[in-house]
Amino acid sequence: MTSLWSVTLATLVKDIRLEWRSKDALNSMLFFSLLVVVIFVFSFDPLAEESRHIVGGLVWVAFLFAAVVALNQTWARELRNQVLDAYRVSPSPANALFLAKVLGNFIFVSVLEALMAPLFVIFYNLHVLGPAWQLIPIGLLGTWALVVNGTFFAAMSVRTRSREIMLPLLLFPISIPAVLGMVAGTTAILTGENSARFYIVLLLTYDVVFTTACLALFETVLHAE
Amino acid sequence: MKRLFPILCVLTAAFLAYATYRNLAVAPTDALQGDVYRIIYYHVPSAWTAFLLFFINFIASIQYLVIGKPSARSVMKWIVIAVGVLGVIATYLPPIKAQIPAGMEPSAVATTVLMIPAFYFVIGWLFPGQKLDVLAVTAAEVGVVFCTIVLVTGPIWARPVWGIWWATGDIRLTSTLVLWLIYVSYLVLRKFSNSAQTQMLAAALAVFGALDVPLVYLSIWFFRTQHPQPVIGGGGSMDPHMLQTLLLSWMAFLCFAFLVCWSRFHLELLQREVEQAHAMESLAGASASPSMPLSRSTR
Repeated sequence: MTSLWSVTLATLVKDIRLEWRSKDALNSMLFFSLLVVVIFVFSFDPLAEESRHIVGGLVWVAFLFAAVVALNQTWARELRNQVLDAYRVSPSPANALFLAKVLGNFIFVSVLEALMAPLFVIFYNLHVLGPAWQLIPIGLLGTWALVVNGTFFAAMSVRTRSREIMLPLLLFPISIPAVLGMVAGTTAILTGENSARFYIVLLLTYDVVFTTACLALFETVLHAE
Repeated sequence: MKRLFPILCVLTAAFLAYATYRNLAVAPTDALQGDVYRIIYYHVPSAWTAFLLFFINFIASIQYLVIGKPSARSVMKWIVIAVGVLGVIATYLPPIKAQIPAGMEPSAVATTVLMIPAFYFVIGWLFPGQKLDVLAVTAAEVGVVFCTIVLVTGPIWARPVWGIWWATGDIRLTSTLVLWLIYVSYLVLRKFSNSAQTQMLAAALAVFGALDVPLVYLSIWFFRTQHPQPVIGGGGSMDPHMLQTLLLSWMAFLCFAFLVCWSRFHLELLQREVEQAHAMESLAGASASPSMPLSRSTR
C-alpha cells in the first residue's frame, strides 16, 4: 500500500513539475476553450432568460473538448524515450501510474474550469437561480467522470494508429450518461426549476462504477501484448 | 459441417419467406395504426437479435479477459454462479417480486437470469482460447447491422404514428442509439489497431460498454417514455395472432443471424490463419536468405 501511494505521489509530482515548466497542456486547453466560448458567443446571442437553459450544455461541451486536448498528451509524453516500456517492466503497481495520471489530469482540468467559468458568467450575463453550491459537487464529480475514463481510453488509443482521433471516438459514447448528468444538473441549478440531487447521485454512481472498472482493467490494458 | 451450410441457407430462406408471408398477408391489421404497424415484425425481432448478439459479445469479452489468468478466471466463475443463484432467489423475494411489471411471471425473470451463467459456461466451453475473440468480433459486427435495422425502421414507423421521426429523451430510443454508438466505436477500435494488443483492448472496451448501458437507462429515468411498452414482460398487450407471428418472425431472424455469424466466424478464422501463414513464411524466408529479409515466397 505504501508503495502504491509513494509511486502515485512521485509520478504525480513529476507530471505537475513537467506541466509547470512547459505549460503545454494547460495553455493549449485554455486557448482552445476560450476559442470555443468565443465561437459560441458569436453563434448564439441569447437573452439572459434563454441563456440559462443553454449554458449548461455549452459549458460542458467546451470543457469536454478541452479535456480531450489534455488527455491526448497524457500518455504521448511517456512514449518518448520508451518511458512507458520502462513503466511496464518496472515492479511498481500499474494502478499507481494510472491514479497519478488521473489525479494530474483532474487537477489540470479543474484549474481550466475554475479559470473559464467566470468567462461564461461574463459573456452570458448569468445569474444563478437555484442553489449555487451544488455546482461544486456537479463540477467535481463530472470532471472526475471525464478524466477517469479519458485517461483509461487515452492509454488504449495510444496503442492505435492515428491515436489523436481515436480518443474522442472511444470516450464520447461511453461518457454520454455522465455528460447528460452534468448538463441536465447544471441546467437544473441555473434555472432553479427542479432539483439537481438526482443528477449528483447519477454522477456519483457513474464515477464509482467506472473508477472500479478502470482500476480492475488498467493492468490488463497496460500489459496487453 | 461444410455440407450443412447450403442446406441451412435454403431452409432459412424458406423460413424467412414464410415469415414475410405471415407478416404481410396473414397477420390481422391493427385497428388504430392500419398496415403501417406491420414494420413491428422487422423492428422488434431485429432489436431482440441485436441485444442477444451484444450480450454474447459481452460474455465472450469477459471470458477473453480472464482467460490468461487462472485466479481471475476462478473468481469470475464464482461471480457468475453467484449472479445466477442470487438472481433466481431475488426474483421470488416479496419486495423484489412487487417491482416486476405486471404481465411478467417471476419464473420467467428467473429463467432469464439463469441465461447469464448458462451463456457464460456454454460460450467458454464451445469457444476455447482465441476463438473467444473471433466470436466477440463476429457478434459485434452482426449486432451492429441488426441494431442499424432497428434504428432505421423505428423512425419510419414513428413518422406516421407519432408524427415525429425521433423522440429526443425517450428511454428506449436513446439507450438503443447509445448502444449502437458504443459498438460502432468498438468496431472502429478494432479497425484502427491491428497490433497484437487489439484483442485485449477491444475486450476491455466491450466490458465498459456493457457497464454503460444500465447507466444510460438510469440517466434518462426522469424523462417520459413515448415508446410503446414492451410486448413481452411489460405493460403492453398484443393480439395472440400478432404475437405468434412476431415470435415466428423472430425465429426466422435468429436463423438468419446464426447463418451470417457462422460464415463471418469462419471467414475471420481463415483470415487469421492466412495472416499467420504469411508471418511464418516471411520468418522462414528471412532466416533462409538473410540478404532478402521479409520476402513473401521462398520459391
